[in-house]
Amino acid sequence: MELRALTALELGAAIQKGEVSVAEATQAALDAIGEQDGTLNSFITVTGERALERAERLQKGVKDAASPLYGVPMALKDNICTKGVKTSCASKILGDFKPPYDATVVEKLAAAGAVSLGKLNMDEFAMGSTSETSYYGPTRNPWDLDRAPGGSSGGAAAAVAAGLGWYAIGSDTGGSIRQPAAYCGITGMKPTYGTVSRYGLIAYASSLDQMGPLCRDAADCAAVLDVLQGRDRRDSTSLEGDYGHLLASLTGDMRGMRIGIPSECFADGLDDEVRRSVLAVADVLKRRGAQLVELSFPVMEYVVPTYYIIAAAEASSNLSRFDGVKYGWRAEGYEDLTDLYHRTRTQGFGLEVKRRILLGTFVLSAGYYDAYYKKALQVKAVIKNAFDQAFTCCDMLLTPVSPTTAPRIGESLSDPLNMYLGDIYTVSVNLAGLPGLSMPCGFDSKGLPIGAQLIGPHFGEGRLLNAAHAFQRDTDYHKRTPKGGKRA
Amino acid sequence: MKITTQMVDYISQLSRLSLPEEEKQTMTAQLERIVDYMDVLNQLDTMGIEPMSHVFPVKNVLREDVVEPSFDRADLLANAPVPDEEAFLTPKSVE
Amino acid sequence: MTWETVIGLETHVELATRTKIFCSCTTAFGGDPNTHCCPVCTGMPGALPVLNKAVLEYAVKAGLALNCQITRYSKFDRKNYFYPDLPKAYQISQLYLPLCRNGKVPIHTQTGNKTIRIHEIHMEEDAGKLVHDPWIDQTRADYNRCGVPLIEIVTEPDFRTADQVIAYLEKLKETLQYLGVSDCKMQEGSLRCDVNLSVRPMGSTEFGTRTEMKNLSSFKAIARAIHYEAKRQIELLEEGKRVVQETRRWDENKDATFAMRSKENAQDYRYFPEPDIPPIELSEEYLDSLRAAQPELAEEKRARYQTQYGLPAYDCRMITSDRVLAGFFEGLVELGTPAKQAANWIMGEVLGALSVKGMEPKDMRLTPGTLSRLIVLVAEGKLNRNTAVKVFEAVFNDDGDVDQYVKDHGLEQVSDAGLVEEAVARVLAANPQSAADFKGGKEKAFGFLVGQTMRELKGKADPKLVNALLRKALSQEG
Repeated sequence: MELRALTALELGAAIQKGEVSVAEATQAALDAIGEQDGTLNSFITVTGERALERAERLQKGVKDAASPLYGVPMALKDNICTKGVKTSCASKILGDFKPPYDATVVEKLAAAGAVSLGKLNMDEFAMGSTSETSYYGPTRNPWDLDRAPGGSSGGAAAAVAAGLGWYAIGSDTGGSIRQPAAYCGITGMKPTYGTVSRYGLIAYASSLDQMGPLCRDAADCAAVLDVLQGRDRRDSTSLEGDYGHLLASLTGDMRGMRIGIPSECFADGLDDEVRRSVLAVADVLKRRGAQLVELSFPVMEYVVPTYYIIAAAEASSNLSRFDGVKYGWRAEGYEDLTDLYHRTRTQGFGLEVKRRILLGTFVLSAGYYDAYYKKALQVKAVIKNAFDQAFTCCDMLLTPVSPTTAPRIGESLSDPLNMYLGDIYTVSVNLAGLPGLSMPCGFDSKGLPIGAQLIGPHFGEGRLLNAAHAFQRDTDYHKRTPKGGKRA
Repeated sequence: MKITTQMVDYISQLSRLSLPEEEKQTMTAQLERIVDYMDVLNQLDTMGIEPMSHVFPVKNVLREDVVEPSFDRADLLANAPVPDEEAFLTPKSVE
Repeated sequence: MTWETVIGLETHVELATRTKIFCSCTTAFGGDPNTHCCPVCTGMPGALPVLNKAVLEYAVKAGLALNCQITRYSKFDRKNYFYPDLPKAYQISQLYLPLCRNGKVPIHTQTGNKTIRIHEIHMEEDAGKLVHDPWIDQTRADYNRCGVPLIEIVTEPDFRTADQVIAYLEKLKETLQYLGVSDCKMQEGSLRCDVNLSVRPMGSTEFGTRTEMKNLSSFKAIARAIHYEAKRQIELLEEGKRVVQETRRWDENKDATFAMRSKENAQDYRYFPEPDIPPIELSEEYLDSLRAAQPELAEEKRARYQTQYGLPAYDCRMITSDRVLAGFFEGLVELGTPAKQAANWIMGEVLGALSVKGMEPKDMRLTPGTLSRLIVLVAEGKLNRNTAVKVFEAVFNDDGDVDQYVKDHGLEQVSDAGLVEEAVARVLAANPQSAADFKGGKEKAFGFLVGQTMRELKGKADPKLVNALLRKALSQEG
């Protein structure tokens, strides 16, 4: 059996049937990592021994499996705290930080029988769109090794696309799950804010951060979210209630579903090939009974500035705790306390992180708070309202994930503003706390994957996953595998 | 909005960052471009709109006042860059 | 020129909750460094705050007792600054929508009554403790206090004298202790007060430049610091110099304030709404339930004790000096102890024993039931007052059984007249000279004979009875 060709659910079923052992699956993933990750650089830390030990232990409990994902090897973005296992946020400043506790999602995954292969590369502190800002070097896109896998969950997307693990947990503050999923041809989901506990996720922007799955298809995403979701008493922003049993609700039936197509999302600045592929999604879903609704979403030009003001402001505060005193790396040669702070932070953070800290400090500083930060919170309300309006006439929105396909490594960082503008289709979803799904919907002439985004109202995960599931029944983009990945 | 190097110095100081001169020049220019772009928000009239800090109307998330065991001190101190058995160490911080 | 001193106070009070404001670590005072800590209160990456229900409740209670308007929709904000006692590098506090506003505290001083206006009360977290170790020339950060809940009570600049400040602080302390929301111990740092002070020519309506004084560790220090600082500012102004707006540290040993190392920049805390904590919305029912549960405060008790029990003002003050003590008094009265006797025992024996043992009323194990039984035995003539004091001392520590103790030690008072008469006869027979002296007019000799008789009866006799029977015997002898 070619294990790496299976989806997470297929592998889970094979483990249940005894066709393959947890250890065999784990070893297959570790072998793949050994073979390919020297080039891809999708992992920062591989915990092979731990994984194999755990696989042996899990094998004994296969009969009492708590989840269809029992025994399936996976990996975590390196901003998710794992007790005793290095968690770096891909930053020099965290050094060899080994958290004294597990994130809630890590506990939940453990209870569901997940085997963690290790920690995945990312943009430093999840700030970036290409995974090039990592202190541990850039991750490469398995579809074209000269290109970026997207970011900030680039390691997660590259690893899953290349078959180094069956699924991954990433985080999404402004598109960090959806955009790399699109660039790497896999399915990823940013859930409704508050439905997955943030306890143990090292914060970038607390009001926008949310963890979610990066998988090979929509069904796998549903299964992973079934494990992750739920109110956590340790996260005050986590919500009561859930979106129901997602996996069981995947019928592929799209009859009566109204799919909104916001004209502003298909206007200038969007690559033609991307536009064509994303709009083709609408046709596929229409054939399955969906109804298409043209609508206007008149706030597009405000979403990026609003997002960057709020995200940078929160980041400037969240990242203040990294000062070389309690954990992580400390600079040398300091003269006194203030000098210690300055040296550690100046040398410990990369350029993009420093840029956002400064921007965030600026928008919160005396004299600018009202003009920038408060204004952004007001516009956030306007954006939220625009979504509420849109969802009165449709059940979900279809948009691109990114204006282009994956960029070449080295061509994005020189122009930060331009890089920020690339987030235009994804950031509003975080501002409004909505669920957003990214799925492969075609390839451009260079052979690079194109992603389509589905956006739903709060707790609308089920309908988004069902639409993606319907689409994936009629198409095979999600089944194609990258040459660089040698998945099948 | 004009961003001056004095402003960058000020926010650097607040953020405990010391940019080398060349980096500071580049950063000043980049921040100015970014902030200029953000000024597009001024086109939108937001008079009377309540700033939205929390997107969900969740409120009163409270915990019972019941003591739970604290963490093992060794575990909390394990990551400190300067090792000590009792406390986190810093250069002189009290007058 | 005559000058007027204008003072406003910022008082930080640690709330007496069992756990910290945002995590479930204990708030117990002391403990080895960093042993009352977890990822939340040490600012570990990824950890998140969850608000303690009791903190909100205590803060609202304080606001109600200080006659504040309670904010129905309140939020937390982050106050950002770098310092090693603040592991997250931001303090979770309240700026934009504090929990309480516009309070009023009436105070009484020798110069008259005054109302101090409360500007606001907000909730926030305490910082850790820094101790410099000269041996290694390093500062140690201990986060046991980090995250202990505080309320900050900010007054308007309504004070004009140190007496008013002290009267306000005493009132505040008493009120918060009565509410049970804080123990307000300055020596343990659970009540800390920063004094904002400026001076202006008498009659002026504009405020002068103010300084903020810190490190005031007792009411006495506060009063002295106010006198010092007002004098310093007046002298500066009279010399034609100006007052610099700054933070000054009170030095207890030098009896003076000193400017603290000036901050490199003006403070810019970059407050913004705390995204990790949803807002607080208080219902009318919630506030009503807390209003209904507000205890009778010291001042109300004092007034009631005077009218209801006719106790002297001094007694009322002493008994209500502590909530537990007042409760003890009420317990005694409820059990039928006459109010004045209850007051006397509390002011004498109870306070005496507490002071000898260095204890506080709340740590006392003695119950009103035990003391009331003792008082009954005295009233019934079964114990004399001196013996009763000895019994009191014996049962105080462990709230012992009075009757059992009296029985075990054979302390019942001799009230059998026959026994006393026999003892009197023996004493008179043994001391003929004293008897003769008494009959010769030496009243002093009578006291000696009483003492001898009491000794004969091992101190257990009713002194009145001894007195009467001795006189009777002496007159019969004549």
